[in-house]
Amino acid sequence: MKLLILLVIVLGIIAIAQLAKVSELTRSLRQVREEDISLADNKMNAFLMLVWMVVFFGSTIYLYVVYGDYLPDSASEHGAAVDRLMDINIIMITIVFFVVNFLLFYFSFKYYYRKERKARFFYHDNRLEMVWTLIPGISMSFIIVYGLITWNKMTSPAAADALRIEVYSKQFDWTVRYPGDNNVFGTADFNMISSDKTLGLVTPERITLQIDTIDGEIAAIKQKLSEGTELLPESWVESMEDKIYRLQRHKQRILDLKEFKAGDNLSTWEAGADDRIVKGEFHIPVNREIEFVFRSQDVIHSAYMPHFRTQMNTVPGVPTRFKMTPTITTKEMREKLGDDSFDYLMLCNKVCGVAHFNMQIKIVVDDEANYNAWLKKQKTFVAQIEEDEPKGAVVPSGNSTVIALADGRSM
Amino acid sequence: MAATEYTVHGHGSHGHHSHEESWISKYIFSQDHKMISKQFLVTAIFMAVVAVMLSIFFRLQLGWPGENFQILNFFLGDKWAPDGILDRNAYLSLVTIHGTIMVFFVLTGGLSGTFANLLIPLQIGARDMASGFLNMLSYWFFAISSCIMIASLFVEGGAASGGWTIYPPLSALPQAMPGSGLGMTLWLISMVLFVVSSLLGGLNYIVTIINLRTKGMKMTRLPLTVWALLVTAILGVLSFPVLVSCVILLIMDRSFGTAFYLSDIFIQGEALDVTGGSPLLFQHLFWFLGHPEVYIVILPALGISSEIISTNSRKPIFGYRAMIGSILAIGFLSFIVWGHHMYVTGMNPFLGSVFVFTTLLIAIPSAVKAFNYITTLWQGNIRFTPAMLFSIALVSTFVTGGLTGIILADSALDINVHDTYFVVGHFHIVMGLSAIFGMLGGVYHWYPKMFGRMMNTKLGYAHFWLTLVCGYGVFFPMHFIGMAGAPRRYYDYSEFPFLDWVMDLNPVISIFAIIGGAAQVLFIFNFFYSIRHGQVAPQNPWGANTLEWTTPVKHLHGNWPGALPEVHRWAYDYSNPAHEEDFVPQTIPLKPGEVGH
Repeated sequence: MKLLILLVIVLGIIAIAQLAKVSELTRSLRQVREEDISLADNKMNAFLMLVWMVVFFGSTIYLYVVYGDYLPDSASEHGAAVDRLMDINIIMITIVFFVVNFLLFYFSFKYYYRKERKARFFYHDNRLEMVWTLIPGISMSFIIVYGLITWNKMTSPAAADALRIEVYSKQFDWTVRYPGDNNVFGTADFNMISSDKTLGLVTPERITLQIDTIDGEIAAIKQKLSEGTELLPESWVESMEDKIYRLQRHKQRILDLKEFKAGDNLSTWEAGADDRIVKGEFHIPVNREIEFVFRSQDVIHSAYMPHFRTQMNTVPGVPTRFKMTPTITTKEMREKLGDDSFDYLMLCNKVCGVAHFNMQIKIVVDDEANYNAWLKKQKTFVAQIEEDEPKGAVVPSGNSTVIALADGRSM
Repeated sequence: MAATEYTVHGHGSHGHHSHEESWISKYIFSQDHKMISKQFLVTAIFMAVVAVMLSIFFRLQLGWPGENFQILNFFLGDKWAPDGILDRNAYLSLVTIHGTIMVFFVLTGGLSGTFANLLIPLQIGARDMASGFLNMLSYWFFAISSCIMIASLFVEGGAASGGWTIYPPLSALPQAMPGSGLGMTLWLISMVLFVVSSLLGGLNYIVTIINLRTKGMKMTRLPLTVWALLVTAILGVLSFPVLVSCVILLIMDRSFGTAFYLSDIFIQGEALDVTGGSPLLFQHLFWFLGHPEVYIVILPALGISSEIISTNSRKPIFGYRAMIGSILAIGFLSFIVWGHHMYVTGMNPFLGSVFVFTTLLIAIPSAVKAFNYITTLWQGNIRFTPAMLFSIALVSTFVTGGLTGIILADSALDINVHDTYFVVGHFHIVMGLSAIFGMLGGVYHWYPKMFGRMMNTKLGYAHFWLTLVCGYGVFFPMHFIGMAGAPRRYYDYSEFPFLDWVMDLNPVISIFAIIGGAAQVLFIFNFFYSIRHGQVAPQNPWGANTLEWTTPVKHLHGNWPGALPEVHRWAYDYSNPAHEEDFVPQTIPLKPGEVGH
């Protein structure tokens, strides 16, 4: 197979070389110079310009007809406005596309070189220049104003009673958190992350647990170091000491975490107890304004929901937001499309690593009653943690870290 | 002026300096702008071949996902393409390095390096660049950075793979993906060297154009190529240093424990000891270069096409001053639009609306340019040289690709197409195809000047038509894939049934890509074959007005034997009714009563 490919390539090159030689020879025989473009060549290329234009326009129209309905109608309120704006923009640029390309290829066809003709010595006309400064100027003003009106509406602050939902990203999945019955998100901090189910939620119990874990890790490393390090490479000892230092800093950052009042008799540390954390799919109620709050655990991801014309990056260290109001439930959309398996999706749209191409979560838009019923079934944070890590069963995982580092990873 | 007192080497009569140059100082460490130009061109062709091959490799995966291609295994080996199926990490590396090489090494270094070096001294009537030594350094930094970039393809863990925009934290954390290890380090080092090359070149170009113009060569008589190259150099000198600082801060974050771009990160079971940085800072710094970069790529191509279209329409370029004005306007605006890459990053929406405004303003000078080209063709007498064909195609791609930019510039619309294939289609047409067409057109046009021989015209025609059809065939359908909601940089789309109906376009695109890539063999063959075997070129094959065609066909160190030419008119007196011939070189004095330009 490899040989065959190479053979084809080599033969191809030889063939071109021979062709070139033949054409070279006939040219020198007929004393044709490369720079003299013959009438036949000019005519041929002029004609090809026209043929190309027809083919180009034809395929463009074909693509518009077959693939023009790029997405189903928007399933969100602002999305409908975006679609209107998109339609107007597409109509405008399509017109300009056809006109300008037509003029370009048609003039190229019409004015091919003839010896007896002389080109028109026409190099300047202020009126013409004015025309094609003003026309784009006016169209751009229209597009700018219309675009910004839409933009300002969709990015204005969310209503006070909007439903706030946190979308949390990490390599390579999404987690969604609901604020629970008290409607307040508990504090979350990256220092408190211990598994992908906790999202770094801060509660007094979690703090104790996390500090215990760190202390355990430090103790384990110190233990290893005190067992005698003569036989171990110096770099390993250094990296262990470094690790102790970093763990101590980590512990300090946790001790520095502050507790705030989040309302009557409720602190931000307590507010997280009834938060609900879900994976795999999440539900949102139809016709209610939702403010998404985005956080990221490791690298930048992007929460892209094409059916709602919604996208926002999730940036570690920089919380971002986007508000939208879904208008069509999943059930209605399935009926509309005649597709029982249709689902709304959130895709990752910022390259984030090897499994970037399959980082998705299903979105279900329900009516209010179904949404509430679904939400009620989801466990609260406290209930979930108790189920996963029954009290007293947690063993500090210090040892495994040391072993992992011993096999050469120095960071 | 220093240049006019210059003594021509090899001219004989003078006693000093009439030495034979050694092979090394002539072909390797040359300080002659014409040789340096050829060095840039040949390096860029090599890099382009690599980048196109990489793109065909990942197009195979995209067109026929999961299919077994022995050719992938043949080129990429068992680690990157086990059983002929492209590895997922390797896919990202290919995409990243394809973009990096194309944007920086082919269309910045290659395009500006080749034509600024060749044309600036020849078209302004100078013996050489202001500093031949810096010019040589500029090439060698470029060559070294090219080598490092190619070498990064072969390291353990693979080349950089976070996309050519290398956004941290992904690029800053070796834990995040294998490509963020040594491959990324090499990428960053290569880029720093590349910027050094650009700056050395750019400063030289600016100084040369401002100081070394021959007698009579007023700024308002400069060919548009030189104007475009001047503005390009200024953009580069002002924006590339920002990329260096951006890259150096990233190197610090990666290797020295700082946190300029990092904060609140938990990865691979560890909460990193970094707080207070912002990934958005990187994006602001990166795009402060990144957007002018787009114009650094496209302006030389526009300058080249202005020259070629005017010459081969046998007609003055329409609206010479408007063309200069629009180049300057585009250059200026390009510095205040970078935020349009960041509408969905969480940047303040009001700031976003400012960038909507400035970005859409660029449509106006761009439209002026497009219509001026078309008016130049109108009632012309068009000679279809291969260079002319490419220049006409450039106007088409510049318009077609520019128009979809209007949608992307509009923040409200960008939300839904940001980072989808719509963007890929847009920039590949407006800056990829346009700049490549400008570069190829430039090579066909100035080949006689570079090598003293002609390229084969018939092969040029075949090359052009295949390239045009395949170019549009590859990138035009991508808009529709993108509007249907397909993100870019995905290895495989089969997990998303809602995209199935547009995915039948992907094999079509891949087939066009393969044919288009293969068609470049015609060009490469023509290029290298003609160096030795092409017809010997006459002094002024295209009947052009500019000064480079007054130099002898055989290269002289110092360009003109004897005195430098004196300029009496602008470069665009084609078909001037006051003259018999349909072209009037710039060195011809005005006739009595003729109004000069």
